Amino acid sequence: MSSETKQILTTDGIPLEVSLKKAERKNKIKAFLLVAPLLLFLIITYVFPIGDMLFRSVDDKMVTQMLPKTFKAMENWDGQELPEEEVFAAFHEDFIKLVEDKREGKLSTQLNYTKNGFKSIIKKLRRKSKSFEEGNYKEQIMSVHKRWADVEYWRAIKRRAPEFTSQKYLKGMDMYVNEEGKIVSVEEDRRIHRVLWLRTLEIAFFVTVFCFLMAYPIAHLLATLPMKYSNLLMICVLLPFWTSLLVRTASWMILLQQQGIVNDFFVGIGLVADDNRPEMMYNKTGSYVAMTQILLPFMVLPLYSVMKTISPSLMRAGKSLGGTPFVAFWKVYFPLTIPGIGAGCLLVFILAIGYYITPALVGGASGTLISNQIAFHMKSTLDWSFASAMGLMLLSGVLVIYWLYNKLVGIDNIKLG
Amino acid sequence: MALKKDFVKFDKVDKSYDGKVLVVKDLQLDIEEGEFVTMLGPSGSGKTTCLMMLAGFETPTNGEIYLDGKAISSIPPHKRGIGMVFQNYALFPHMTVYENLAFPLRVRKIPKDEADKKIDKALSMVSLQGFASRMPGQLSGGQQQRVAVARSLVFDPQLVLMDEPLGALDKNLRESMQYEIKHIHENIGVTVVYVTHDQSEALTMSNRIAVFNDGKVQQLSSPDELYEKPVNSFVAEFIGENNTFVGEVSDISGGKCKVKIANTDILANPISVKSKGEKTKISLRPERALINPSDQMDNIHSGKIEEVIYHGDHTRVRINLLGNNQFILKVPNSSANLDIKLGKDIKIGWNSEDARALDPS
Repeated sequence: MSSETKQILTTDGIPLEVSLKKAERKNKIKAFLLVAPLLLFLIITYVFPIGDMLFRSVDDKMVTQMLPKTFKAMENWDGQELPEEEVFAAFHEDFIKLVEDKREGKLSTQLNYTKNGFKSIIKKLRRKSKSFEEGNYKEQIMSVHKRWADVEYWRAIKRRAPEFTSQKYLKGMDMYVNEEGKIVSVEEDRRIHRVLWLRTLEIAFFVTVFCFLMAYPIAHLLATLPMKYSNLLMICVLLPFWTSLLVRTASWMILLQQQGIVNDFFVGIGLVADDNRPEMMYNKTGSYVAMTQILLPFMVLPLYSVMKTISPSLMRAGKSLGGTPFVAFWKVYFPLTIPGIGAGCLLVFILAIGYYITPALVGGASGTLISNQIAFHMKSTLDWSFASAMGLMLLSGVLVIYWLYNKLVGIDNIKLG
Repeated sequence: MALKKDFVKFDKVDKSYDGKVLVVKDLQLDIEEGEFVTMLGPSGSGKTTCLMMLAGFETPTNGEIYLDGKAISSIPPHKRGIGMVFQNYALFPHMTVYENLAFPLRVRKIPKDEADKKIDKALSMVSLQGFASRMPGQLSGGQQQRVAVARSLVFDPQLVLMDEPLGALDKNLRESMQYEIKHIHENIGVTVVYVTHDQSEALTMSNRIAVFNDGKVQQLSSPDELYEKPVNSFVAEFIGENNTFVGEVSDISGGKCKVKIANTDILANPISVKSKGEKTKISLRPERALINPSDQMDNIHSGKIEEVIYHGDHTRVRINLLGNNQFILKVPNSSANLDIKLGKDIKIGWNSEDARALDPS
C-alpha cells in the first residue's frame, strides 16, 4: 500500500478495517463452530494416533529411562577401554532396580536389537547378581560372563543413551551403525528391505503403465459414445468400486490359480500343456494382474472427466486443417488430455505403492510389497517403531513423487474430475 | 481466369441418420467459384448437415458432392483442403495463436520462413498483428473468432466453410465481424459457404442465399431477390417481416389475380396460383403498404389502429385490416406527422404487384 492512501473511516469514525473485522468475526466464529466437531474428531482419531505412531519410529527413551544412572556415569567415558568402576556401580544399581520391577527382560530385548548376545548375558547377570557383594562391581560383573568384559558390549550400551534414534530408518534401508559409529550397509545376502523398496517401485510403475494403456481407450470411448451406451459402460467401469476389495482379489485367486479358469482355458485352446500350467499367482504376475484390474477405475475416471470437456470440434478442426487422424490426435487431442493422464497416473501410482491386501493374497513371496513388510512388523514381530519408520519412509517417498510431479507437470494442471 | 460455374456441386444428395427420416432431401445446389453463399434456415433444417457433408465429417446417404469437378465423397476430410471455421471457434487451447495458424502449414510441410510469411499475412488480414504469441484463452471472443478465420485461410484453401461462426458474439461485435468477413472475402476472392440461422447476417454478407427448410432448399437467390420476391410462403415469412392474408382466388387474368378475403376482393400478383378457386396466402412487406395512399394504388382498404409502438427511427403500427389484426405498418418518423392515434380508422393502400399470392401452406 502506498503511503498516500489514507485510512478510510466509517461514518461513525471507526477505521473501516476494524469495522469490517468486527462484522466478520461473528461469521468466522459460526463457521469455526460448525467444523469444530469434525476437527476434534480428526485430531483425536487421526492426527494424534498417527503422530504418536510416527514418533515411535525415532523414540528411544525406553533404554534411556531404564538405565538413567549408567548413562550419567558414562558421560565422561571415552569408549576406548573398559569403563571405570563408577560406571559398573551405576549399572548395577540400575539393574537391581529393573530386576525388582521384573523389567530386565525388556532391557535385554532392547539391547539385543543393538548387539546380538545381550540376552543370555543379562539372564546370567540376573541370576548371579543376587549373590553380589557390595563394592567392586566391575570385577564381579566381569566375572559373570566374558562378554561383560568386552568393551564392544559397553559401547553398545552407550549407543542407546540418546533419547532419539535413527536406527529404525537405517534398518529400513538395510543399513546400521557399526561399532565405530559409522553408517554401513548390511551384508548383501541379508538385504531384504532394499529389494522390497525396489520391487514396490517397479510394481507400482508397471501397474501405472498398464492401467494407463488400458484406461485411455476406455475413457475415450466413454467420453465420445452417445449417452445411452456410455452410461452402461460407465456402470461397468464403476461396478468393481461397489464390490468388496477382498471379493475382487479372491475372484482373481479363483481365476489365476494353476487349476483355475484362465489356466483351464489356456490348456483348452492348446496354448500350454496340461502338465505344464504356468504359475500366474503367488508371484509378481498375480500382483500385476490383480492390481491393474483393481486400480483401473482410478485411471479411467480422471481421464474421462478431462476428455469429456474436450470439444469434438477440435479433432474436426485438426482434420479439416489437413492433419491426418493420427496427427490430429497426437497434436491436438493428446496434449489436452495430459492433465487427466497426470492425475490418473499420480493417483494409481500412489495407491499402488502402498497397496497391501491384494499383494498379500495373490503376490506370494516374490509379489509382496513394502506395505506387507510393514504389516508383518505391526502384527508379527510387534516392532512398531520399525513399522512406523518404514511407514514414514513410504509417506515421504510419496510426497517426493508428488513434489517431483508438481515440478514437472504442475499440480494445478491436475484434474480429478 | 474464368470462374467455374459449378465449383461446388451437390448432385441429388440425400442424407439420413437413422434410415427413417431424411434430413436432407434430393439436394441440388451449384456454387460458383469465388461466391459467398449462405445456407440459411431454422434449426433442424439440414443446413449444418450439408456443410458437414461438404467438409467430410458426414457422408451422403445417396448422391454425390463435387468440388472443382471431382467427386469427394470418398476423400477423407484432411485431404479435401477445405478451410473451416467452427461455431465455437475450435482453436487449439494449448497452442499459441502462432502455433494454431502454423498447424495447417506444418502438416503440409511448408518451410518455416514461408509459413511465417503466410501467418503474418493472415494475421494482418484480420488485424491481429502482435497477437501471435498469445494463448487463445487470453483473447476476447471477437479476437478468437478472427484467429479462427485467419487459421481457416492461412493455407490458401479454395473453399472455406463457416458454421455459424458469429453465434457466440454479442450484437455489436457480430455486426462489425459480418463486415470484416465480407471484406476479407471480397479481397481474396475465396469461395465461402456460410451457415447461419440469422437472416440479417445472411442478407448482409452473401452473394446468394439458400433458404433451407425441411431438408430442402426452398429458394436460392440473391439477398434482394429473396426479400422482394420470395417464391413461397415459407421464404416470405422466414425472411424479414411479412403481412399475410389467407384467401381464395376468385379471378385470374392479365398478370393479376383477385383474391377473396373476408368478403372483400383484393388484387394480387399471382406467383404460385394458376387458376380460379385455389387457396392462397398473400404476402405483403410492411414497408410496401402506405397510410393515406395516392390514388394510383390499386388496393386501398381501411382499417382500425390497434397498437402504436415507437421505435426511434420509425413507428410500428398494428392495424386490424380485413379481419387480420396482425397487419403491421412501418411509418418513418420523418414523414410529416400523420395523425396516428389508437382506435382511429385509416386508409391503407398498396400496389397489387407487391402483394404476392403464394402457396397456401
